[in-house]
Amino acid sequence: MSTLSEKLQTPVEDTARRARPPAPVLSVRDVRISDRAAGREIVHGVSFDLTPGRTVGIVGESGSGKTLTCRAALGILPAHFEVTGGSIELDGRDITGFSPAEWTSLRGSTISAVFQDPASYLNPSIRVGAQVAEVIRVKQKAGRRAARRRAVELLRAVHLRDPELVCGQYPYELSGGMLQRVLIAAAIAAGPRVLIADEATTALDVTVQAEILDLLADLRERTGLALVVVSHDLAVVAQLCDEVLVLRQGEVVEQGPTQEVLHHPRHEYTRLLIAEHEQYGLDRFLAPEEDA
Amino acid sequence: MSIDPHRAPAAPVLSVEGLDVHYGPRRRRRRALHDVSLSIAPGETVGVIGETGSGKSTLARTILGLVRASAGSIVVDGEEVGAYGPRRWRALRRRGVVQYVFQDPLRSLDPDLTIEDSLAEPLLVQGVPRAEAAGRVRAFLPRVRLGEELLDRLPGELSGGQRQRVAVARALVTEPRLVILDEPVSALDSANRVQVLEILKELRADGVALVFISHDLGSVAGVADRIAVLYQGELVEVGAAADVIRAPRHPYTRLLVRSAPTLHSAPADRAEREALRTLLHS
Repeated sequence: MSTLSEKLQTPVEDTARRARPPAPVLSVRDVRISDRAAGREIVHGVSFDLTPGRTVGIVGESGSGKTLTCRAALGILPAHFEVTGGSIELDGRDITGFSPAEWTSLRGSTISAVFQDPASYLNPSIRVGAQVAEVIRVKQKAGRRAARRRAVELLRAVHLRDPELVCGQYPYELSGGMLQRVLIAAAIAAGPRVLIADEATTALDVTVQAEILDLLADLRERTGLALVVVSHDLAVVAQLCDEVLVLRQGEVVEQGPTQEVLHHPRHEYTRLLIAEHEQYGLDRFLAPEEDA
Repeated sequence: MSIDPHRAPAAPVLSVEGLDVHYGPRRRRRRALHDVSLSIAPGETVGVIGETGSGKSTLARTILGLVRASAGSIVVDGEEVGAYGPRRWRALRRRGVVQYVFQDPLRSLDPDLTIEDSLAEPLLVQGVPRAEAAGRVRAFLPRVRLGEELLDRLPGELSGGQRQRVAVARALVTEPRLVILDEPVSALDSANRVQVLEILKELRADGVALVFISHDLGSVAGVADRIAVLYQGELVEVGAAADVIRAPRHPYTRLLVRSAPTLHSAPADRAEREALRTLLHS
């Protein structure tokens, strides 16, 4: 298998575009998640297939079950939550009954994730470069010096302007957008096939949000990475995703190709999400039919 | 309401000219605002857009007299207030000419006062008799979609959306000429955000001028007559909301418009954003 840096150097057409293997890297089938303590089902059946270089978006407000679904795929459901129905296949293997050791070997190298608050995933008293290098040393059994070199390479791959300088900086010296890039670098360090971005741009300024979304699109095109983008904002998901799932109170109320969902929404809730953008958003001014 | 954005309106409610604001000790002074000029007509809503570090909150705080300008003038309702000391500012606020709403309503509401007392207080400070104040508070409630049953509750017993509507009511119950809103909907979920934006739109009919400060071009676009874009402490573009969004002139405004998540974005936007970033960083 080629390393990420090799993949980053090959032109777009050679990897993702020309040979798109149809086998899904993540396959979620009618997954149900229950809270054992409360004795009730929270997520009532979510299904999607994700092939390399493709992106699935999950939209919903807080409490809709979108984060629980992601956590199930990552094998990190909170205590007393469990998958009580359906199945999740990662790279062709059913995750049910995976041991903690099996999860450890899959996380990072097959599936990885970034979340909303990047600062809370970094140690404030260790330089950023050392933290990215640690992932490489543990996951790829690389030596100190090689890991260090790869860390700089990765920070450059996520478009940090001066990767060598950033390596020697502490988290408090970086802005929110830079921290999220560092986290993305760490998340892709072991060459995962699936990256989950759960509200990864929610806390950022819009121009920085767009930078991060563009970076994810760029990584997807250059390396064939498959993405799951989770957001409360339908427009964020619409920018990046081939397929959208609209979740409400644990129920998938709408699912389909992004353009289909945007132009012919069937569920009332989806129509509400779209109307909000059309009345109070830039879409009011930018809609194509208003171009005169 | 329609106001011609291209004509300078007579007798503005707020007129800021050549405003400079600096922070920090003399030797390490940092410029927060530079040469900011903006004028707002009665009944007009101006959206001030800026991201982290743009100086937008400094602008709000300077207009409210909480931060002192190092140069320039601020004229509120015909009064030059730039050189006012704390006492004259207090007197001006007491008259209720300028009011404000912050992002976090818990900052503008006293946690130990019932909603009724919180809403009546600015009127009582103005010398309105207690019975009349109570009547005006009750009459105002429907305009912010709040029921009378909330009047004897404390701010902590309300939802975030209800609290922000109380803060809006408190700012507007004295019928001020000018209200400064600093990120008024940023902490709210989408349903509450839309509701507060609708309320603000309706309140404009009273002739109150609103300065709506936000990082979110989308929520401002739905309410503002004009949009002013603040970038690194300077106003780089001011114009009618539709013009600024449809035909942004400054590269930063173009980047802002192309970066805002929309339902109908084109793949071409990505290349354009990249070009604009390079331009702005060079």
